[in-house]
Amino acid sequence: MSDISSSALPYRHLLGIEGLSPSDISEILDLSDNYVAQNRQVDKKRSILGGRTQINLFFETSTRTRTSFELAGKRLGADVINMTATASAIKKGETLIDTAATLNAMHPDALVVRHPHSGAVALLSQKMDCSVINAGDGSHEHPTQALLDALTIRRRLGHLHGLTVAICGDILHSRVARSNIMLLNIMGAHVRAIAPPTLLPGAMDRMGVEVFHDMAAGLADVDIVMMLRLQNERMNGAYVPSTREYYHFFGLDRSKLAKAKPEALIMHPGPMNRGVEIDSELADDINRSVIREQVEMGVAVRMAVLDLLSRRPSNQPSVGPGDMKP
Amino acid sequence: MSTAAYINARLIDPASGLDSPGALLIQDGQIIDLGPDLFANGVPNGMEVVDCGGRVLCPGLIDMRVFVGEPGAEHKETLASASEAAAAGGVTCIIVQPNTEPVIDDVALVEYIKRQARDKAVVRIHPMAAITKGLKGEQMAELGLLAEADAVAFTDADRVVADAQVMRRVLSYASAFDLLICHYPEEPRLAGSGVMNAGEVAMRLGLPGIPTQAETIMVERDLRLVEMTGGRYHAACLSTDQAIEAMARGKARGLKVTAAAAVHSFALNEVAVGEYRSFAKTAPPLRAEADRRAVVAGLADGTIDIICSCHDPQDVESKRLPFELAATGIIGLETMLPLALELYHNGDMSLLDLLATMTVRPAELLGLRGGKLSPGAPADLLVFDPHKPWRIDEDQFHSKSKNTPYHGRPVQGRAWRTIVGGKVVYSDPDGDGN
Repeated sequence: MSDISSSALPYRHLLGIEGLSPSDISEILDLSDNYVAQNRQVDKKRSILGGRTQINLFFETSTRTRTSFELAGKRLGADVINMTATASAIKKGETLIDTAATLNAMHPDALVVRHPHSGAVALLSQKMDCSVINAGDGSHEHPTQALLDALTIRRRLGHLHGLTVAICGDILHSRVARSNIMLLNIMGAHVRAIAPPTLLPGAMDRMGVEVFHDMAAGLADVDIVMMLRLQNERMNGAYVPSTREYYHFFGLDRSKLAKAKPEALIMHPGPMNRGVEIDSELADDINRSVIREQVEMGVAVRMAVLDLLSRRPSNQPSVGPGDMKP
Repeated sequence: MSTAAYINARLIDPASGLDSPGALLIQDGQIIDLGPDLFANGVPNGMEVVDCGGRVLCPGLIDMRVFVGEPGAEHKETLASASEAAAAGGVTCIIVQPNTEPVIDDVALVEYIKRQARDKAVVRIHPMAAITKGLKGEQMAELGLLAEADAVAFTDADRVVADAQVMRRVLSYASAFDLLICHYPEEPRLAGSGVMNAGEVAMRLGLPGIPTQAETIMVERDLRLVEMTGGRYHAACLSTDQAIEAMARGKARGLKVTAAAAVHSFALNEVAVGEYRSFAKTAPPLRAEADRRAVVAGLADGTIDIICSCHDPQDVESKRLPFELAATGIIGLETMLPLALELYHNGDMSLLDLLATMTVRPAELLGLRGGKLSPGAPADLLVFDPHKPWRIDEDQFHSKSKNTPYHGRPVQGRAWRTIVGGKVVYSDPDGDGN
């Protein structure tokens, strides 16, 4: 690996994709490639983060993201602790700021946070001396998901620049969509958003995406189809009339997929609603679906992020646009 | 017999259109005389003389929309601390909102506010009372009795009377007593769980937005109900281009309606929310730049009659939260004058027109005796230098709460003396040097 100081990210935290440069993203993806290879070996463990403490603080239930971060930390040799909202003081009325101050006093080296409210991770990071990684905040950002999606695409197609990517589904409420739109734009891909108007933010066109309400038109000649999860409570008439109607018009099946490029890849951040947003068989089609691969890339990307953030000397002022004021 | 002569002043009285160098005489808490020729041959011996040094002398400001924590949340603001803040901001009269704990929906509570104000406050305080019991938007409060107890107007404060039938009957009933109904216009279902203006900034931050149409629809509904009932209606704070346009159309139809705008609606736009700054979370929400400009234009052309501070104190604990959970509100009593003066310095409004929005207009709307310079009027006065440069500093605030997004903002214009009933209640601590 190259010289430590030259390859450290100039940020203390990873709070979002917004503000990252193309070279920052490429650097994370390059290092992730190394970790993909390492993770496929029998001996997956390194000691880069030996002696360091990583806390996974989850205010929302999550299985895959938390497990992925936990594995990533452990494979790099860190001591990893999981905290969930139900088991901690948060339910007793302790404020987020107090929680941050309490955890900070335990001198962790990395704090991975998921929170149901947009901006909560950034708020918490202001009170932490260690690196804070956003594992999803409200409807705002989920940067490591976008990075693992980018890694998956880049390993399959060799590049991101110039690709046409369709993001389909509940974009209004999706932090995955926001982070992906930003990352893909930064890397020079063309982004399309396909959804009924009720599931799109009003100012969508200002994000540098082309908006479609028709799957056939939106999927025409795309390289990548990214499906998003639609939560059950949004399908009972509040945002769309029913699951059946949603699947009919916006669910991905073979006939709709036929509009995309013949070798177009299908992605999904999981967990999937089979038969709601995606045809079950299609999700399992190893020639088209890279959904399992995304999970694998997730661990590698999170290792790369933990590794890069840990290289920043602790006394170096943070200069990153992704960093909040101290 | 306390007598004071304020000489060498620039007298500005929006009520009469006076803007002239001159002097003003106060005796026993009242204005006795004023004008360019007063004391032209010198001030008689034995009279207290205040040389205003050419500063503006105008009626003290009247702030129609002030939230105070008393009763119920005295740790955020008391009537006494709010009055100190008002005095420091050149405000001699504040109208407090009824969304306290308990709600001001009963005669006894109006009496309580009046008593507390009389005993503890340094400026005049008048309560507005609730339109509906408990601000629930369901049953009419005792509007007539509350008015007899000196509630100056009626409002459900930051709550909305969502039910059109209730609002219709309120306007209709209130018209019999000629009572003023002040309403915060926002269609609550359309506003939904929104916490800031709907638009690009909200989308990028992943925050639920309040569309401008929520305001427009409610203003349009209210204006139709006014048309139907003949009630007196005041839109408590307009923030959007479309709602201002709707108000202009209502006025053109001859309706008895008025509107105010909060200082925040022209001093900031939604960009101030930046990276989840909860100090910029307010109601109505900070809007897009085009809406901000529409508020300025609405004030300049008179569609918006009144400027209010929307002073809403919140403690640190209720603001240091994720944006969606953080309390709504910005304090404004001590920054209303300099921020409003930006409209004058930017050439949007004359000083006379600008001061009218904070003096004579609210006074007339609420039937108050102040707000003008005329013999017999109470000596509620403000002396200020409209050009004095300073930087807003939250550490100097008299308010108990410090929730301001304006900290550090360079402004011009500051109160030099605030006078209530002839008594000086505020002197600029470093104001005598020039």
